[in-house]
Amino acid sequence: MFRNQYDTDVVTWSPQGRIHQVEYAMEGVKQGSAAVGLKSKTHVVVASLRRPQVELSSSLRKVFKIDDHLGIAISGLVSDGRSLCRYMRNECLNHKFVYDSPMSTARLVRDVADRAQVATQRSWKRPLGVGLLVAGYDTSGPRLFYNCPSGQYYDYKAFAMGARSQAAKTYLERNSCLPEGELTIETCSIGLVGKDLNFTLIEGQSLQPHLDAYKAAEGADDDAPGDGGGGDAPAATPMETS
Amino acid sequence: MLARPPSHSPALGPGCAGPPLAEASSVSIQYPAQPTAQVPTCGAASFLVDHNAVNAPGRDPSQHTQMPYVTGSSVLALTFKDGVMLASDTLGSYGSTKRYKSFERIRKVNDRTVLGASGELSDFQYIMNLLDELTTDDFCEDDGGMLSPREIWSYLCRVLYNRRNKQDPLWNSLVIGGIEHGKPFLGTVGMIGTHYTDDHIATGFGNMLARPLFREKHSPDMSEADAEALIHEALKVCYYRDKQSINKFQLAKITEAGVSVSEPFALPTRWDYKHFENPSANAVGTW
Amino acid sequence: MTIIVPSGTGNVYAGSGTIQHPSWSPYDENGGTCVAVSGNDYCVVASSNRLSTGFSILTRDESKIIKMSHKCVIATANCQADRKTLQKTLQTRHIMYMHNHGKPMSVAAMAQLVSNTLYYKRFFPYYTYNLVCGLDEEGKGAVYTYDPVGSYERTGYSCEGTGKDLIQPVLDNQLKASSPLVLPAENWMTALPMDDAVDLVKDAFVSAGERDIYTGDVVELLIITKDGVRTEHLDLKKD
Repeated sequence: MFRNQYDTDVVTWSPQGRIHQVEYAMEGVKQGSAAVGLKSKTHVVVASLRRPQVELSSSLRKVFKIDDHLGIAISGLVSDGRSLCRYMRNECLNHKFVYDSPMSTARLVRDVADRAQVATQRSWKRPLGVGLLVAGYDTSGPRLFYNCPSGQYYDYKAFAMGARSQAAKTYLERNSCLPEGELTIETCSIGLVGKDLNFTLIEGQSLQPHLDAYKAAEGADDDAPGDGGGGDAPAATPMETS
Repeated sequence: MLARPPSHSPALGPGCAGPPLAEASSVSIQYPAQPTAQVPTCGAASFLVDHNAVNAPGRDPSQHTQMPYVTGSSVLALTFKDGVMLASDTLGSYGSTKRYKSFERIRKVNDRTVLGASGELSDFQYIMNLLDELTTDDFCEDDGGMLSPREIWSYLCRVLYNRRNKQDPLWNSLVIGGIEHGKPFLGTVGMIGTHYTDDHIATGFGNMLARPLFREKHSPDMSEADAEALIHEALKVCYYRDKQSINKFQLAKITEAGVSVSEPFALPTRWDYKHFENPSANAVGTW
Repeated sequence: MTIIVPSGTGNVYAGSGTIQHPSWSPYDENGGTCVAVSGNDYCVVASSNRLSTGFSILTRDESKIIKMSHKCVIATANCQADRKTLQKTLQTRHIMYMHNHGKPMSVAAMAQLVSNTLYYKRFFPYYTYNLVCGLDEEGKGAVYTYDPVGSYERTGYSCEGTGKDLIQPVLDNQLKASSPLVLPAENWMTALPMDDAVDLVKDAFVSAGERDIYTGDVVELLIITKDGVRTEHLDLKKD
């Protein structure tokens, strides 16, 4: 990554359609030591390396408890991580005070992501320099999220972030049964709207007949164009980097 | 405790407010027709409104509720084997006027929660607005999440307690019933924030009239039919003895299958009981 | 501004000379009795689970004790709405403390926190009577007793709530150490063995349940030792 004339603030686009300050922040996550998360049917685990930065220092804390049902591992700017940690603890306590119940993992992660997003759209702010692995267990079961400085967040079965995390990611991909490229009811959903038809989402089991029909048609006609004309699915653009 | 007018009337017995018998005829002059109202039992202690306070000259001009206007009477509720049942009449009283006869005091909050209210009915409608906002928020989240009965109960406890802290109470006793993790949930909260859960709950006069019946006959594993019979009996007793009630009831059931609030119905009543024929025969001081 | 008085004392005279009447009270007296007796290596805390208002029983099974940690509990009598809010606030503060310090609060710290929290509402008090009980840093039993606005004192045993008038004299009779005026101060700890203390508390509740309409149904006893907190229940009359 090199300096260029479009990276002096976070509210300026580059002609290539990138916001360099945000990408630099995402690079910052890769500077931190690695953290790994993995989910089973009943549990989530997060782990991080906490090697001292210099020989004579002690190591920094990088996994934090947020509430009884929720914890985070961070990578990148630990100070930003701590401030997010305090925010999340506060949210959980407030929720518990009012509703007498643990806060939903997904909704807390969304709130954090909204905060991160605001910092990418204000000239007087700086994007957060920290990646967040959020492990929680609530009424929807075990959840593992990755929160990115860009304000994006992703729901994962397994994830690794930070310095030299690619090896860990590859290992997790090889050793978990993740869905392949094929279309299944887990990997796609269809929305439909038109004349005399309200917007309808086709998801889950109700999608199965459509997929079966599609596969039957595909098998019958091998010459049919493979996909919507763009060749392979477009490679992840820089903005979507996780 | 509430400051009340001189109590312990010799005619009516201890704890009953009222003038001595000799002055009975002047009562209606001293206390012109006013919306007297019922205060939720698990809030302030009394059912009386201090008219001197309401009419005192130079009173604080703030608009805080000092007394309720249109009120609902008891809400009865109990758990049974696979759910919760709530019942109340559909009356909104303006003092002793039967002002609104088809006011639905039991409402559905979401697919597993029902709220019943006694006390000030405009405050109840305001509370329903608050809950509708929460339900809309849940819908907008689009993650299938929904507040559980306990969460709604807990939320309402905070709302009512905070309003009493502002000296501006929401004048209600609320009953929250629902299904939580497959188990019945039944909770209540009063106008100053007093709250508890129990297997059976009754607000207002129901706490005196219906709860003794519940305590005698209720068991958590009773069948739906038994529970319905019991709550019908309790409704009837409340109707016989509570002046501010009518024979038009609604019954809500919450089970794993969902929420249902019945159409209004009436219960068969008998008024030819011997004690009803000459009610003052055994009560000194009435006529 | 309407002046609110906690009990039905009739008219309230404001400074301007106008008579102001409260038409409702933000307080309710919900009754209940809390007792705590500590010893050299234990602390027994008990409270009745009845919740009342006026002459009505609201529910028969509501605990008045919260467990803050394995060495500290808080028992609270009277206005239930205030009690729940106070206990929730304290619990929240305790969680924040544990996040920041990585350990539970000591009983002494909790005692000070309770005092501060009560005094913070000095001019619209929590209408509650509190006992903070547990084992101190040396492992000795500790009981702190409060008034509704936060003054507090460490004692060896205490009783609060509607049964106080009935139980406190019995505790004084059975447990009182030598005069507090003796110098050098003698240990205020009671010398009872734990089982005797538990029996004493149970007897006290059975007696109070006979005469106090706000004490009854069931008594929850928490027995705090270095091994943790053990809970027992004692049935009282349901009348």
